[in-house]
Amino acid sequence: MTKETLNARRLLCPLPVIRTQDRVKQLKTGDLLEVICTDPGVMQDIPAWCRINGHKVLETKSCNHEYIIILEVGV
Amino acid sequence: MSKQRKAIALISGGLDSMLAAKVVMDQGVHVEGINFFTGFCVEGHTHAIRENGKAKPNRNNALWVAEQLGIKLHIVDVIEEYKKVLINPKHGYGAHMNPCLDCKIFMVNKAKQWIVENDFDFIITGEVIGQRPMSQTKSKMPIVAKQSGADDLLLRPMCAKNLPATLPEIEGWVDREKLHDITGRSRKPQITMAKEFGIDDYSQPAGGCCFLTDKYYSAKLVDLWKSHGHKDYELDDVMLLKVGRHIRPQKNFKLIIAREEGEGRFLEGYKKEFISLHCSSHAGPLALIDGSVSAEDLYLAASVVARYGQGRNAGQVDINVTDKDGSERTLQVKPLKNEEILKEWYV
Ligand code: SF4
Repeated sequence: MTKETLNARRLLCPLPVIRTQDRVKQLKTGDLLEVICTDPGVMQDIPAWCRINGHKVLETKSCNHEYIIILEVGV
Repeated sequence: MSKQRKAIALISGGLDSMLAAKVVMDQGVHVEGINFFTGFCVEGHTHAIRENGKAKPNRNNALWVAEQLGIKLHIVDVIEEYKKVLINPKHGYGAHMNPCLDCKIFMVNKAKQWIVENDFDFIITGEVIGQRPMSQTKSKMPIVAKQSGADDLLLRPMCAKNLPATLPEIEGWVDREKLHDITGRSRKPQITMAKEFGIDDYSQPAGGCCFLTDKYYSAKLVDLWKSHGHKDYELDDVMLLKVGRHIRPQKNFKLIIAREEGEGRFLEGYKKEFISLHCSSHAGPLALIDGSVSAEDLYLAASVVARYGQGRNAGQVDINVTDKDGSERTLQVKPLKNEEILKEWYV
């Protein structure tokens, strides 16, 4: 299991989702990905993307206008 | 048992593409969605920038539709490739800067490449004959199928009965009888279908799927091209056209002035690429200068920005100017009066 971080700051939706999608393609089941964004829209979009594509959101948090989502790659 | 066929549905986030996918799914076909991000899509981001969009759900409609349908959605970044579609559309523009026919051909072509790479059988779109004046007339339908290279692998379930049979129909992968024959601009058939499927929440019945159909956005894009002297653009250029008030007091520069806090925060991210202005003696918005300015221009720009702050009625206000390298200085200016900001300055 690896944990990677994706910097999606300053990108507007759906770009953070696209970058997440592309990074997840390179990861394996069970790997963790932390996505750091500044567009609050990701708090809806990345979990929605995870739900439809079978990945698990482990944590979402926000501080100082940054939005962080940690997800576990599904099958 | 016959092989389960697989189709990719172009999902815009609107009702028609949602229904088209649903009609085919209900025939036992495995459907996944594909959505192309051109940089001009109306999805979520402007709500994300603007604070006062918060009353509305901040969702991405394509993702939402996929979730409602229970299908996967592949979002594809086509920003770079889309430039040649927009800059030089073979079939021209629509009412505004929307190159709808070329855009459709482009997207269906991308979907065709995708099905080849991913071993899918055919493509679904939500097109309806006669719904859009430019790209969805009966005579344009074969153009999209042919010029995209999708040919008879392109199925339009909403109006298939009015079109020649496609391979999925001929081969019996889908039952043509269960497809539809919707034509025209009326939304009634789609609304009835939505009801039958139990779908009661959907977005923008027949609106355009992108900013290029918007009169005001298109005017800003044309202004950008004129001022740059060419049509090429970067994503940041076209993103900034969605944000703030755009005022061009002189040919050589334009101001982008935040209309509220969310926009201000967004523009903050561009302070290394543009000279920025904000009022330091009174509360006021952040503004960026796009273009190169003389000392005189800068004074004019500052007086315009002062007009949009709390000090608009003061005799003099302090405007802080930050250069791209971060160095700062302050200009004392007299805010322009409303009538001094000429109508033709508004882009
Ligand atoms: S409205 Fe925009 S995205 Fe939709 S077909 Fe026309 S140009 Fe393409």
